[in-house]
Amino acid sequence: MNKSSNKFRHLVWPLVSLALLLLFNAIFTDNFFKIEIKKSDSAQAVQAPSVPVESPQPGTSWITPESYDNAGDSAEAAAQAAADGVEAAAQAEGAVQTIASEAEQQAPVKKDGKGVSIFGYYLYGTPIDILNQGSKVMVLAIGMTLVIATGGIDISVGAVMAIAGAIAALLISMLDAGNCIGAGMGPSFYWIIPVLAALLLATLAGFWNGMLVAGFGIQPMVATLVLMVAGRGVAQLITDGQIITFDNPGLVFLCNGHALFLPFSVWIVAAMYVIAGLLTRKTAFGLFIESVGNNERASRYAGIEARRIKWLTYVICGFCAGVAGLLAASNIKCADSNNAGLYLELDAILATVIGGTSMAGGRFFLSGSLVGAILIQTLTTTMYMKNVSPAIVAVPKAMVVIIVCLLQSPVFRAKVLSIFASKAAKGGVQ
Amino acid sequence: MDLLQTKGIEKQFLGVKALKGVDFTVKAGEIHALMGENGAGKSTLIKIITGVYPASAGSVYFNGKECKFRSPLDAEHAGISTVYQEVNLLPDLSVAENICIGREPRTKLGFIDKKERKVQARKALARLDIDINVSENLSSYSIAIQQLVAIARALDVDCKLLILDEPTSSLDENEVKELFKVMKKLREEGMAIIFITHFLDQVYEVSDRITILRDGQLVGSYDAKDLPRIEMVAKMIGKTPDQINQMQAGIVKNTKFGDVVYEAKGIGCTGTISPLDLDVREGEQLGLAGLLGSGRSEVAQIIFGVDPHDSGTMKMSGQNVNFNRPQKAVKAKVALIAEDRKVTGIIPDLTIRENIMLALQASNGIWKTLSPRQQEEMADKYIKLLRIKTPSGEQLIKHLSGGNQQKVLIARWLATNPKLLILDEPTRGIDVGAKAEIEALTQQLCGEGMAVIFISSELEEVVRDCDRVIVLRDRKKVGEIAGSDISLKNVMKLIAG
Repeated sequence: MNKSSNKFRHLVWPLVSLALLLLFNAIFTDNFFKIEIKKSDSAQAVQAPSVPVESPQPGTSWITPESYDNAGDSAEAAAQAAADGVEAAAQAEGAVQTIASEAEQQAPVKKDGKGVSIFGYYLYGTPIDILNQGSKVMVLAIGMTLVIATGGIDISVGAVMAIAGAIAALLISMLDAGNCIGAGMGPSFYWIIPVLAALLLATLAGFWNGMLVAGFGIQPMVATLVLMVAGRGVAQLITDGQIITFDNPGLVFLCNGHALFLPFSVWIVAAMYVIAGLLTRKTAFGLFIESVGNNERASRYAGIEARRIKWLTYVICGFCAGVAGLLAASNIKCADSNNAGLYLELDAILATVIGGTSMAGGRFFLSGSLVGAILIQTLTTTMYMKNVSPAIVAVPKAMVVIIVCLLQSPVFRAKVLSIFASKAAKGGVQ
Repeated sequence: MDLLQTKGIEKQFLGVKALKGVDFTVKAGEIHALMGENGAGKSTLIKIITGVYPASAGSVYFNGKECKFRSPLDAEHAGISTVYQEVNLLPDLSVAENICIGREPRTKLGFIDKKERKVQARKALARLDIDINVSENLSSYSIAIQQLVAIARALDVDCKLLILDEPTSSLDENEVKELFKVMKKLREEGMAIIFITHFLDQVYEVSDRITILRDGQLVGSYDAKDLPRIEMVAKMIGKTPDQINQMQAGIVKNTKFGDVVYEAKGIGCTGTISPLDLDVREGEQLGLAGLLGSGRSEVAQIIFGVDPHDSGTMKMSGQNVNFNRPQKAVKAKVALIAEDRKVTGIIPDLTIRENIMLALQASNGIWKTLSPRQQEEMADKYIKLLRIKTPSGEQLIKHLSGGNQQKVLIARWLATNPKLLILDEPTRGIDVGAKAEIEALTQQLCGEGMAVIFISSELEEVVRDCDRVIVLRDRKKVGEIAGSDISLKNVMKLIAG
């Protein structure tokens, strides 16, 4: 009994915070928990949650076109807005001029029938949207948790996401134009090529980070700073400075399609957490990571290949960034090298820390990181639903983060408790 | 004339007596070696003389006056300068800046007079017969020159007593000679020098007098020429040569040895250890003896692949091997319980169970995972076998006492079923009961056919337990004794050389 309570202790405070946030929404946000079952007999499924004009949903059309205009310059708002339809993103950015008309966007989707839920039904509502929008940070948090557990950090994941998105968009546009090997497979199948290429490139980026950190002993912050700065340049180089849009049904399905009642991205996240969980807890990999993060020298003396373990975590982190990059690109149907995954490394680190993994390395908690990522996305979504201007969204977000971190600090809790205790004592005397 | 005199110096740290009434005198114009094992109280005494710590009792007289220095700076102003083991200068500043730091000559306007600074630095170095470019960065010079710059800096003030705390530990032979030349020159100028070192040869090369401390007590002060080496070693570890003869061990040792398990020919590493031969057989306990810093641990680390070797070959059970990483050694069933338990042993935030299974799992690799049940059974088995005091295997190892942590580490390696077990100071810092248990355990393991290499500072343990002893001095193998020749006297003879 003691053992199991220890195992989940790290989850208590993030879950309490998340519950409080949801409670806030339940009281102050109309229809926050309203989940509908929609039948996806048309291409609408791909666009869900759909653009308000097209399918008015009282409970869920929480971003109005006007708010996009307010958001104008904010990259985050652009990404958010884009989630609801590329045309909206175009309004917000005012820069994505290459995007074709709405009709052209939807045409191939209708033709292929991609994005239609397997059982023809899917769930629809804000909580589902939070999971879909949070999928990027959730995926990033897996790799980040492992890297942080070895006592390292990877601040390049956002840039690696941009690289992954860029190569995927470039290849898909080449395939669409028939300029690439594999174009013969047809658009229903050849999307797998850019997906694999993006994952490979991102994994290579992780390999590079691992080489600098574990191979050459450069401090993780400095080593990954290299790719954080240079990565966006590489992505620009790949796309030749253009924002490449695409409409391949397969690629678009990743973050817009549905399967088994839920957005497909949610299943990707679930699969990755299950695999990561099995890899770290059913093999000795997790033990070795914790051992290396806790005392690298003693781990080496025990016969663990400490450098190899560290290296591997960076490779995994790169792979996760690749998946997140694909989701991001799929989400807005384009590769924007400047803004894709911008500052997401910070969200991933935050999710990890909120989840109870120490920045000093050692014990790590994938489930905690998952809760942390959901918490961050719930917070962001709440802000938008309460019509907080994107320009100042960082301030309330920071406040909530500080509160969660304070709640997690045993020193802080003890201090607060002692204040209450002394007050109670005084009251008793009086 | 006595330049420095201490009377009845006592020092207590949290109830532990580090010094128990030490009387110590240094005359002007002599080089005085301060000797003793680790923890004998040498550094504590120096720190009281230089004002780092206040004494709990007793008094210090310098130049005939009673002094109570409140800080090292205070002592420096009075004429006592100290150069510590690690060069504590600033490598990225120039030599001149280093020598004059904190007392830069000023121009009339109050700015630093850079020209004058160079002149002063050159003057300070000239006193030691050193002629180098004082504008260069300190780091561009060898450690030996840096050490001499540190001495020059110390001498720059009006210095009467110079204290050198292990100044030679990072120097090679020629550099040591340079340093000794300087020391002798300063002696002729009438300066007193207190010299602390672990290298016995060096003591006799420069010292006029030797003072020996043991367990915080003064053993005595002797003229260097009247104190034979073996007697000095005997006094340092607290035995008379006669006593040593009587202490012949009564333990019945295992005499049936099997095949050679591990054999090394000419392994060594430049700068760390001179090439040496070593072999150990099944059921044999091989001791590595020597003073601290003689290269015992270095040999263990080369065998285990923690440190690289640049010469020689290794054989494990007759087959050529090359342990350049600990993992290779672990896979070949070699185990090392290293010296510093906190740094190289325990993984503090993992449980006892995880700490025990770690080495076996490491040799199994990532994929061949031990099942939770296997892990628990293993932990329970060793907790019982080694009598580890803990409520359960799920306790974090950092909450255990030193002796129990050591037992967990032994369990970690026994679980790998090693052919060769290397124990480096396994009994340091643990209580008497646990010590005896660990000694008995290694004897038992030898009886079961395991080969053991045993390293200990406590010569009695080595003599009592080992079937063969290799003696190291100044990072060289100086001898090997076996069977009935193993006695405290013989080992010490070799250590002293």
